[in-house]
Amino acid sequence: MLYREAGQFKTSYRADQRIFPILQDRVVVGALLLVAFVAVPLWGSEYLVSALLIPWLILSLATLGLNILTGYAGQFSLGTAGFMAVGAFAAYGFQLRTPAVPLLLAFVLSGVCAAGVGAVFGLPSLRIKGMYLAVATLASQFFIEWLLTRVGWFTNYSSSGVINAQPMVIAGLAINTPPRRYLLVLAVVATLALAAKNLVRGRAGRAWMAVRDMDVAAEVIGIPMLRTKLSAFAVSSFYCGVAGALWVFAHVGSVDPQAFDLTRSLQVLTMVIIGGLGSVLGSFLGAGFIVLLPLFLPSVLSAVFGTALRPGLLPNIESFIFGALIIFFLIVEPQGLARLWQVTKEKLRLWPFPH
Amino acid sequence: MQFFLEVLIGGLLSGVMYSLVALGFVLIFKASGVFNFAQGAMVLFAALTFVSLEERGLPRWGALLASLAIMLGLALVIERVVLRPLVNQPAISLLMATIGLTFCLEGLAQGVWGSVVKGLDLGIPDVPFDVKGVLVSQFDLFAAAIAGFLVAVLALFFQYTRVGRALRAVADDHQAALSLGIPLQTVWAVVWAAAGAVALVAGLLWGSRLGVQFALSVITLKALPVLILGGFTSIAGAIVGGLLVGASEKLAEVYLGPVLGGGIENWFPYVLALLFLLVRPEGLFGEKHIDRV
Amino acid sequence: MGHPRQKVGEVLLEVSGVSLSFGGVKALHQVSFQARERELCAIIGPNGAGKSSLLNIVNGVYQPSAGTISFAGVQRKSMSPREAALGGIARTFQNIALFKGMSVLDNIMTGRDAKMHSSLLAQALYWGPAQREEMEHRCHVEKLIDFLQIEHVRKTPVGRLPYGLQKRVELARALAAEPRLLLLDEPMAGMNVEEKQDMCRFILDVNDEFGTTILLIEHDMAVVMDLADRVVVLDYGRKIADGTPEEVRRNPEVIAAYLGVPTEADREAVAEGAG
Repeated sequence: MLYREAGQFKTSYRADQRIFPILQDRVVVGALLLVAFVAVPLWGSEYLVSALLIPWLILSLATLGLNILTGYAGQFSLGTAGFMAVGAFAAYGFQLRTPAVPLLLAFVLSGVCAAGVGAVFGLPSLRIKGMYLAVATLASQFFIEWLLTRVGWFTNYSSSGVINAQPMVIAGLAINTPPRRYLLVLAVVATLALAAKNLVRGRAGRAWMAVRDMDVAAEVIGIPMLRTKLSAFAVSSFYCGVAGALWVFAHVGSVDPQAFDLTRSLQVLTMVIIGGLGSVLGSFLGAGFIVLLPLFLPSVLSAVFGTALRPGLLPNIESFIFGALIIFFLIVEPQGLARLWQVTKEKLRLWPFPH
Repeated sequence: MQFFLEVLIGGLLSGVMYSLVALGFVLIFKASGVFNFAQGAMVLFAALTFVSLEERGLPRWGALLASLAIMLGLALVIERVVLRPLVNQPAISLLMATIGLTFCLEGLAQGVWGSVVKGLDLGIPDVPFDVKGVLVSQFDLFAAAIAGFLVAVLALFFQYTRVGRALRAVADDHQAALSLGIPLQTVWAVVWAAAGAVALVAGLLWGSRLGVQFALSVITLKALPVLILGGFTSIAGAIVGGLLVGASEKLAEVYLGPVLGGGIENWFPYVLALLFLLVRPEGLFGEKHIDRV
Repeated sequence: MGHPRQKVGEVLLEVSGVSLSFGGVKALHQVSFQARERELCAIIGPNGAGKSSLLNIVNGVYQPSAGTISFAGVQRKSMSPREAALGGIARTFQNIALFKGMSVLDNIMTGRDAKMHSSLLAQALYWGPAQREEMEHRCHVEKLIDFLQIEHVRKTPVGRLPYGLQKRVELARALAAEPRLLLLDEPMAGMNVEEKQDMCRFILDVNDEFGTTILLIEHDMAVVMDLADRVVVLDYGRKIADGTPEEVRRNPEVIAAYLGVPTEADREAVAEGAG
């Protein structure tokens, strides 16, 4: 009975096109933001913040990026991690070589670098589709990994290929504690998520989805194929690039190019699928699921098998269960967690009258 | 010149090994439109099974037959559990399912047989011999012969048997084949079984060269540019594409490597494939697709 | 229907000597015709006569192997579908080509895409000009939704709509671009009588109220004879007649090629083929 939109009339198109047209949704979202921005930094444990929330938010951002490309614009990519790497190494480079550039601007610029690289590697999408494109995007994955490893300039000639993120300072304030890093990540991710929502509900999103659903018809309507596809690649890569920069600066502190290998790309793709293609919310749900899984799995497994588990077996069982879950999700709910959430909401709207 | 020939022939022969892996992809893609990302994991699974069975005292032929049986069984299980519930799902769902399958197979293979690197000796010496001053690897020749034989068998099978005809019908048009009463599931089971067998052969050859280890699952990614070059649906394309990739990759490593800094064979085939795509998006032997409005 | 017609104006579209072949098969051979401003022109002909191919050439999906198209005074041999769209040609498709994953509203809004200009950044911020632009175009689209009586489904994904409504949404999407020339490829195929009547009314209203020139492919002869100002008849890729419905109806070649064959069986076959 609580979740009912009756009595809420929209009197303008502006009101109708809000992100959360229903009052109750706005209340819940407001409360969530309050918890995220105030309660968590004040009372959240270091483990919660550093090991769960920060990686979750950053991977959500990358997932959102890939979702824009694959879920909205319908272009496959197996090269996500490559674009994350571009962002990470670009941010490092900006901090190293142009220390005058403020940190946040450096993040934006690193996203722009990734967007440029993404647009270049998106060019084949004009000629090829589907699985051919998926394989073609592997080129970007391997090429970027190789380039960052081979060309010393990118790692400032570090002999091991590892880069160490510089200390983060914003307007004189050192971002050096877990709650501060968390707040930075949260602010960036929340802003970009809002921007993504704006894009996908507006003209850009419609053009992307039109190309996804039927590219011939889109062209006949006058939607420019080149600009639409490349903008999807660029925006997507921008998100991945910023995610990569945050990953090294706000989460792990130091990485080598191999931290952004194909496995990472596949991980992000899995998050998109489990969360739900073409859903901003789903990107966060999918990333959350995959981040939480390996944390809970060991304790569940040892509870099931007791201590009889052979050492070294655990990662293999994890891998098996991970794969099985992907397949299970695809069979049971191909539209992902976002769809489950939507169904729940629709049921809730009718509750307590089921019909 | 002699050096060039040596590199070229070495590349062509190692390209045959890529062709073998690509062949597995093509079989499945042709019949079901599924891009089987798990082909590499199947190669690992097959090789690991064979080596472990032999280690446990089975004779070579026994181990081979047992591994073949296990691969066929695995194919049936995959068809029944993974593919059948996903009929008519969009291509990306199927691709994702095979990525899930990759994780499953890797976990299963190493969980059951352990993740220690194992040696595999097929009894073919990997020593070069001299052909008119050009050194050719005996092992590579052997691998090429096996691959050629396999391709011939598959080609005959698909050309002249009833299942083969059904497969070609299904590849042409799922709906039409179904309406003619061709059992789609049977055809899929057959191609997955065939792909499993191909994976076993590829696993044995690759395994004896690199050792049976996790890397087998990854190295097969190099077969993907072969597919772009050859077209996803052409067996001949898989062969020619493999040769092209093998040769150009070795030549690039030798002649461009010193300039660019080495290690380029990881991405060079992809870039080659990409450039090729700009000229011919459907691959060497792929069918041209015309959009109808 | 005895509709009072506005007088037609200048020549808007001129197709001259257009041929098209697919790998040896001649789909069109030396076809020429004109469509004038505000005219409602029908293209008829048996299955495989090359009607859809002709439309595809007019809006640039196919490039003719010979001949030229001139539209609004500009003559060219070939153009891209996008150039055609920007020039003011919109169309609907024989097999509905809506964007299945999007709502009715979003589908129609895509028709406005070519008229929107805000940058990606402005859209991401959804602020000021970008928001204003979005609202302006929404208003225009709502008028069309009103006009075609699809208000009740505007937020529904088009994939869930019944066939007849999908056809209407597709018309709305084409109209959203405010075209000078509207190409309709069998807009009434597969509809029941009531839906057909509705669609006829919409087509006439579009023609009257917006002054849009319409080029229409239709199999239902009764509909064509009622609606069209002029009829072009194709058979095996050639134009065999061109004139008012009355003239065409009396043309012996048309009767032989098209109407002369056993009409009942032919109509049934056509109805089945379309359904």
